[in-house]
Amino acid sequence: MTISKATLEEMYKKMLHVRKFEEKVAYFFSMGMVHGTTHLYVGEEATAVGACSALEEKDLITSTHRGHGHCIGKGIDLNKMMAELLGKETGYCKGKGGSMHIADLSRGNLGANGVVGGGIPIAVGAALTTKMKKIDRVVLCFFGDGAANEGSFHESLNLAAVWNLPLIFVCENNLYGMSVSTAQSMKIQNIADRAAAYGIPGKVIDGNDAVAVYNTVMEAKEYVKEHGPILIEAKTYRWSGHSKSDANVYRSKEEIAEWRKKCPIEGLKKYMLETGVSTIEELKRIEKEAVQEIEQAVEFAQNSPYPSLDTIMDDVYA
Amino acid sequence: MREITYAQAINEAMREEMRKDENVFLMGEDVGLYGGAFGVSVGMFQEFGEERVRDTPISEAVIAGAAAGAAVTGMRPIAEIMFSDFMTIAMDQLVNQAAKMRYMFGGKAKVPMVIRTPGGCGTGAAAQHSQSLEAWFCHVPGLKVVIPSTPYDAKGLLKAAIQDDNPVVFIEQKLLYRKKGPVPEEEYTIPLGKADIKRMGKDLTIISYGRMIPPCLEVAEEVAKEGIEVEVVDPRTLLPLDRETLIASAIKTGKVLIVHEAVKTGGFGGEIAAVIADSDAFFYLDAPIRRLAGLDVPIPYCPELEKNVVPTHETIKAAIYEMME
Repeated sequence: MTISKATLEEMYKKMLHVRKFEEKVAYFFSMGMVHGTTHLYVGEEATAVGACSALEEKDLITSTHRGHGHCIGKGIDLNKMMAELLGKETGYCKGKGGSMHIADLSRGNLGANGVVGGGIPIAVGAALTTKMKKIDRVVLCFFGDGAANEGSFHESLNLAAVWNLPLIFVCENNLYGMSVSTAQSMKIQNIADRAAAYGIPGKVIDGNDAVAVYNTVMEAKEYVKEHGPILIEAKTYRWSGHSKSDANVYRSKEEIAEWRKKCPIEGLKKYMLETGVSTIEELKRIEKEAVQEIEQAVEFAQNSPYPSLDTIMDDVYA
Repeated sequence: MREITYAQAINEAMREEMRKDENVFLMGEDVGLYGGAFGVSVGMFQEFGEERVRDTPISEAVIAGAAAGAAVTGMRPIAEIMFSDFMTIAMDQLVNQAAKMRYMFGGKAKVPMVIRTPGGCGTGAAAQHSQSLEAWFCHVPGLKVVIPSTPYDAKGLLKAAIQDDNPVVFIEQKLLYRKKGPVPEEEYTIPLGKADIKRMGKDLTIISYGRMIPPCLEVAEEVAKEGIEVEVVDPRTLLPLDRETLIASAIKTGKVLIVHEAVKTGGFGGEIAAVIADSDAFFYLDAPIRRLAGLDVPIPYCPELEKNVVPTHETIKAAIYEMME
């Protein structure tokens, strides 16, 4: 499948947005400017951006605790996202959600999720709405290798399968659920093999290859509308620790270095240059814009006010 | 007025709302052709078909989660969890997801869903099919919690719950399903969060709900013959709680007896007692607030044990006499 230049350049920019956004967040944390915790998406950019770029605005996603990449991939206002990280009133959740609860319902993002596997049943419900209302769209559900061992994974894949829901399950297998490796937590090599248990197709792809992810999700969209769900396992790796308190004692420097050589952003850049889609000058311009846009988001967030105390009880009930 | 059962009242409420609004649908284990484990959805499959009366696998977590996901994307699901004990399996989706979406997303989400589930003992089903877990749900801002005690209340409250834009836990009472009561044929709803005074009285207030209401009313009639006028107040909705009505009754009678089937420790009676003690009613009390609740044990199987693990006609009456001394 040929991907247009505009799409590839947009993907490149969004992946840079993710990388630069996360670098900024890491810096803020180190400076004590943000409290709580955060789970960085650095190293996995191709999966979120590749998958979301194959979707249309009307399509829906559910995300995870490591959700910044999905938000940016699906299209988001970077200003409001950065403001939310800083707990500001202008943030996506008016400063009440933070890193793990960014949602943009108007752009089809049903929300990040603080509970591992928590978003999977919600994706099933969104796909049920889609089917019952006969809406021409798909739902894409992101979750990690850790979530694949939750009961919600089993219940959701089974129900989505028996109801033939238009649902693409994307398992981001980054090889570790916090500190426990997939080798320790499951006896199979490929989570996609579990698809067979639900009578649905499973496919393993290179989650660091944005083009492969894009093409796979493109094909999956047509498939799930007709036949029901599919499980895609994207093999990838998080460069940083699980969260801000992670000292990385459970994996070697060599292993991390090895995966850093497979940088998804460098990979896409190489592809675009080698296939002659874009020139180095064009890509440099995109890189510059991406950095500027993140800087603008930081400025917006820093200049925004904190929510007033009298909003504390707002929005518990509709 | 015609009389129908509590189960029929619930069935009618669902049917009427489903006829009015195509976004309303029912899903759960055996709710389809079978008609639900307690027969509450009998006939709905025939009327609405398998798209809108959906049998699910035995998967409580995804039943609750799919309800939340469907609700946040524009449907108004009713999910049945076959026994309220199995709500434990659905808790993440209910407590961490459905209840919190609106607040944690800064007010942008709306989660109009109802989880119907039967609670209570008395059927010989023992420890894993008999609990009264309403206090658990009341501890979660973002949820609403309803426990009706009559067919009339069940219908009006369920219709209001289906029309509500928030996640509502609607706890039905197994022992009331076959009880009949007057229910008008005309359209009506009962607002959530509004208590009902089931019997007026001046000497002592009983605050109770669900299937404990009938024995409380019977006892009230009995002691009335001896000149003790008991007021029986049914909050009907535990969250949000109609504090004003409870407090006003406590001020009026000066004596409060709280009766529920759920175990006493951590039970909702503690909250009711605290609401009254925290209020101006404190100055009008002429006896300590008394709680009559389930014993702090799992529900036993043997009929005599099961019967005596929760308040009974006799213990309610004895408590009234003690408080009137």
